[in-house]
Amino acid sequence: MAFLNISGLRKRYGALEILKGIDLELEKGGFLVLVGPSGCGKSTLLNTIAGLETITEGDIRVEDRSIADLHPSKRDIAMVFQSYALYPNMTVSGNIAFGMEMRRVPAEERKQAIDKVAKVLQIGHLLDRKPSQLSGGQRQRVAMGRALVRDPKLFLFDEPLSNLDAKLRVDMRTEIKRLHQTTGKTIVYVTHDQIEAMTLATKIAVMKEGIVQQFGTPAEIYNNPANMFVADFMGSPAMNLLSGKILKGSNGLAVSLERAAGEAMKLPIAAGMASLAAYADRDIIFGIRPEALTDPEGADRNARSVAENDCLIEVVEPAGSDTFAVTKLGGKEVVARLRADARIKAGETARLAFNLDKAVFFDPQTQIRIA
Amino acid sequence: MTTISTPSSPSQSIASSRWISRTIIYGLLVIFAILYLMPLFVMLVTSFKTMDEIQNGNMLTLPQSPTIDPWFKAWGEACVGLTCTGIKGYFWNSIKMVVPAVAISTIMGALNGYILTKWRFPGHTLIFGLMLFACFIPFQSVLLPMATILGNLGRFGATLRNEIGMSLGFGNSTVNLVIVHVIYGLGFTTLFFRNYYEAFPNELVRAAQVDGASFFQIFRRIMLPNSLPIIVVTVIYQFTNIWNDFLFASAYAGSGDSMPMTVALNNVVNTSTGVVEYNVNMAAAMIAAMPTLIVYIVAGRYFVRGLMAGAVKG
Repeated sequence: MAFLNISGLRKRYGALEILKGIDLELEKGGFLVLVGPSGCGKSTLLNTIAGLETITEGDIRVEDRSIADLHPSKRDIAMVFQSYALYPNMTVSGNIAFGMEMRRVPAEERKQAIDKVAKVLQIGHLLDRKPSQLSGGQRQRVAMGRALVRDPKLFLFDEPLSNLDAKLRVDMRTEIKRLHQTTGKTIVYVTHDQIEAMTLATKIAVMKEGIVQQFGTPAEIYNNPANMFVADFMGSPAMNLLSGKILKGSNGLAVSLERAAGEAMKLPIAAGMASLAAYADRDIIFGIRPEALTDPEGADRNARSVAENDCLIEVVEPAGSDTFAVTKLGGKEVVARLRADARIKAGETARLAFNLDKAVFFDPQTQIRIA
Repeated sequence: MTTISTPSSPSQSIASSRWISRTIIYGLLVIFAILYLMPLFVMLVTSFKTMDEIQNGNMLTLPQSPTIDPWFKAWGEACVGLTCTGIKGYFWNSIKMVVPAVAISTIMGALNGYILTKWRFPGHTLIFGLMLFACFIPFQSVLLPMATILGNLGRFGATLRNEIGMSLGFGNSTVNLVIVHVIYGLGFTTLFFRNYYEAFPNELVRAAQVDGASFFQIFRRIMLPNSLPIIVVTVIYQFTNIWNDFLFASAYAGSGDSMPMTVALNNVVNTSTGVVEYNVNMAAAMIAAMPTLIVYIVAGRYFVRGLMAGAVKG
């Protein structure tokens, strides 16, 4: 039995259904990230776990005990809010101690717990300040301190980094990851940032319109997206999703992609993708991540199936560590990720290597993965 | 020369037209301030004059031989009807009525605002709408129904006195006025607090819930300590209204020992025996106005800030 178990969870406001049957489970010490665009129901799902929203159907169990009908304070959870939600009238130590005070923990014990947490988060010098005297990053730490000090079974984070500037966000992300590794706590974390999801999670649930689109490890989500939404949402720059056609030739299957000029590009399909045979002569969506489309020297040497083709480069975007090149295939812009020092010029033709091991195929109607 | 003087002349005319508009604005402000302060000035100077000076002199002249006797007389000797013990007793009557009425209506308004914004229930807008309605009911329309209710409470108090030896405050005029002012003030205090708490972040309440705070703990530890501006607004508003109220006071406590200040002042001024002592009347009026003045001076700078805080989100 998993540590956290959510089964058949539904949430309705009148006729409007926000969560449409959520099934998730998380092992003890796991880090579950709920990710999706705004309005997908991820924050509502977190609030139902916290008990701040009631559920219409289904169950939430922690260690095989249902918590669905318990008051938030009885669920043994701690939550970090997007706005930090620090009590403005109390000092930092008052904020951290408030939960213990409500639980009638003796003052001496409270003080020890505050000191311990302050040490972990390096906020010892801030304990007597009011939240209004703190910077964004310091408030974030205090908010985490308030959660940590309770030592609960389950931590809930509601987009905790979205109010920080870019650099601080990366620092705090690392800090949260380190905190998770050192304390071994079970965490459920909501974000709309797919990079946060990839870096922090042991399990990711990609959500859209109240439905879990895919639930799996970061690697599974990234390499084997279940549908076009997941493929497009996870990864930056996003996966190239191109209209193509499956052709059946004498030496196996191939995918053909229209080009702006000249005849269509034909790429051989690896033998393992036999399920594509049923789609012969039909339109499909061909998906390839930018890093699987690169200059021949930078291509993965271990890949079994690499096809090289000449492409007309329209735009070159050097990003320091990599160079991104934009070309056009199947009527859409395609981003390729090249080595930083790749010799490439806009308006010229360049040879690009397609790593077809990493290619994925979707049904254009259902948007579901074929192979 | 010409090249310099040409561009400078339009700027001169702009400066002079700005100067004219400034003069008009400040002139008007000064005129209105004088108009507004004139009665206060007359009251103040008259209260320090002797009767001779009032009868033979000009209203606006400063007192030639200032005296504070009228103030002492108003406080301790002025006649209210037939009893001549000054207004001091009635002053305390008003305090005894105003303090509980303001405290109760403010706390209940805060509680209402808290529930109407943070513990929403089906129909909360309807309830709020009905409570707002209380702000628009004219005082006069509730006089008679309220008199009936207070009469019933008085009979209940008399029964209690017969049965258990004490009335528990039922039928006491001061208690009656507190009840009336609390009921009448609730609409306003609820409006103030609801609008203030509307902009109060829900996440704070949620965080406190997760922290294990109860309904009243959240109210006392989170909501109230962060409501200082709106508490000040409500207290000033309620204090001024209740202290200055004459209609309810004269209708429900118009005679007898528990008469509030406003009614007593009216009786001082209307006492028809002997010469009309304008200086004593003015001093009594000043004393009657003093508490509201003090409340404004002490808490006034929060007043404007609090009014704005409810209006602008964030």
